[in-house]
Amino acid sequence: MSRIRFTRRLPAAFAAAGLALAVAACGGESSTSPEGTNAAAADDLKPNADLTKQSIQVTVWDGYLPEEFTKKAKEQLKVKDLKIALHATNEDAMAKLTASGDSGIDVAFVSGQYAQALNEQGLLEPIHPELIPNLANLYPEATQLSYDKGNKISVPYTWGTTGICYRTDLVKKKPTSWNDLLKPPAWADKKVTMMTTERWLALPALKALGYSVNTDKDEEIAQAKELLLAQKPHLLGYDDTTFGDKLKSGEALMVEAWDGWCPTTDPKGNIAFEVPKEGSDLWVDTMVIMKSSKNKEAAHALINYILAPENHSWAAENINYKVPNKAAMERVKVAKGSLLGIKPDELLDGESIVDLGQASTKYTRLSTEVTAQS
Amino acid sequence: MRSELKARPASPSRGRRLGAFVFLSPGLTYLVVLLLVPLALVLSNTVFRRGRFGGVVYEFTTENFARLMDPLYLGVVGGSLRIAALTTAIALLLGYPTAYAIARLSPKWKTIALVAIVLPFWTNFIIRVYAWIILLSGPGLVNSGLAAIGLGPYELLYNRGAIVTGLLYSYLPLMVLPLYAAIERLDPQLREASANLGASPFTTFRKVTLPLTIPGVLSGCLFVFVPSFGNFVIPEILGGNKSIMVGNLIRDQFLKARDWPFGSTLALALIAVLLVLLMAQAWMARRA
Repeated sequence: MSRIRFTRRLPAAFAAAGLALAVAACGGESSTSPEGTNAAAADDLKPNADLTKQSIQVTVWDGYLPEEFTKKAKEQLKVKDLKIALHATNEDAMAKLTASGDSGIDVAFVSGQYAQALNEQGLLEPIHPELIPNLANLYPEATQLSYDKGNKISVPYTWGTTGICYRTDLVKKKPTSWNDLLKPPAWADKKVTMMTTERWLALPALKALGYSVNTDKDEEIAQAKELLLAQKPHLLGYDDTTFGDKLKSGEALMVEAWDGWCPTTDPKGNIAFEVPKEGSDLWVDTMVIMKSSKNKEAAHALINYILAPENHSWAAENINYKVPNKAAMERVKVAKGSLLGIKPDELLDGESIVDLGQASTKYTRLSTEVTAQS
Repeated sequence: MRSELKARPASPSRGRRLGAFVFLSPGLTYLVVLLLVPLALVLSNTVFRRGRFGGVVYEFTTENFARLMDPLYLGVVGGSLRIAALTTAIALLLGYPTAYAIARLSPKWKTIALVAIVLPFWTNFIIRVYAWIILLSGPGLVNSGLAAIGLGPYELLYNRGAIVTGLLYSYLPLMVLPLYAAIERLDPQLREASANLGASPFTTFRKVTLPLTIPGVLSGCLFVFVPSFGNFVIPEILGGNKSIMVGNLIRDQFLKARDWPFGSTLALALIAVLLVLLMAQAWMARRA
């Protein structure tokens, strides 16, 4: 997920782009390692290790942890040091984590399908549940995520779904189907936007056609492409970051959006979110521990710290993302119109996006072909 | 005597060469490390396969070049060329009279006019581009102004016209400044002589002023064309990502598609087009 919510202002994204290119220039050899060969074997970790000798390096999306996080966590965990690096997108994170044998990163925040991919490359340390007692705070549903059943290699941090975010006062009919977006009615012509990032461009079309969001069948992807090309002349534009603003200004009436990004709590109260009847996805942003980490006990302690209800609830209260933590969500006051009220079992109706290995190229190709078509 | 004559100029020139080396080396190092090395990396990427998570797998392939020939991508390159050419042409039409007028102002007003031309550069580029959304959007300023006199509303944003408008706005100063320099440098006596010999103002412009300012025209065109051709911010913000340009395509290959080899191949194609243009400009400037 290109979670650049708080650095949404483009310059930061472009700076990140520059960085990514720089990383690109250095990290050539990384991906020669064979794919999907070995899920990592667990190291022996000592529950009573001396954390004051361990330092933790984290990489996370900007704005995804509280500002005072470093100071507070360091104090409480009594680790030698705790440093935070930022990434703008999953791609950035992957470039960092796969660039060399030891990335120097202990804990990384990436989306579920990327955690799966990292694990297939043998880059992840299995989660040692005995070192994270706060795992008990998670909803039972949060252990049933298809990219990692039983949280063996990742711990979920936030989760949500994708749907149609729309202006209740300007639509003539409430959208209920992905087709309302794909074949907009006359009153919404050129007042609709779609996301182009990663797998989310194809999602509405695949769901409308009754296919899986994880399909790797060329035939099904080709049909989705036809739908998307037919839709293109009726779009206001493609937008991965500012669709909320376009709704607020009234330039757009309906947009494809992640729930956390749909400004339903806008004081005017005229924006709502709908998961179309054909179904949608379940996206999860997770925390993983790198195999190369030399501070694995401290890394587990950090995840345990984050899972404490008083810490984990920060994300729901401040960045409006649902957290898969029952104890944390119980502390959160859900404002009127807020999407934080979506229940875990409803979320689990969504199909989680899993990594498709080489077939993921088909989606990036689709995205390029749809946007490049004039 | 002869050898002395020969030796003499040699020694200061050796000194000069040493001096030149000392002064050039920081810049040269900078260029080699930050321009040539990355360029070589881009070049080498083009013949390898993509890695699954980005990066490059070192297996030789020509598929990137084959893919470049796909009408889809050629179409994007062609579209970018058209947009950049149109922007450059309009910039020249607007920029020449502007530069001409500024060159004829009194020194005080000249300074004020030039500062005014450069002033927008003091604000962040992205912010200036965003401002155009407020001007051009459906309920925006231009449309409300037009509505007041009973026109519109027009679809002004998220199309090619908006892209050209944004590019023109951003790069017009780069046309005006070299033109101003060329026109300013022109000896006024040449124009007077032409008038004295009976040429009309238009003939003077056509036969004296214009030919003598061609180098300025060429550099101005190049300064506008090059950044317009590779731009990806404006097509994204003002074009709504619907008609993408070659810059967007390259950016997406690196940041979204994780296909560095193909991104590099596209970048190479862009560099090739620009090199041809640079050579054409140099050749025309020499003839002018």
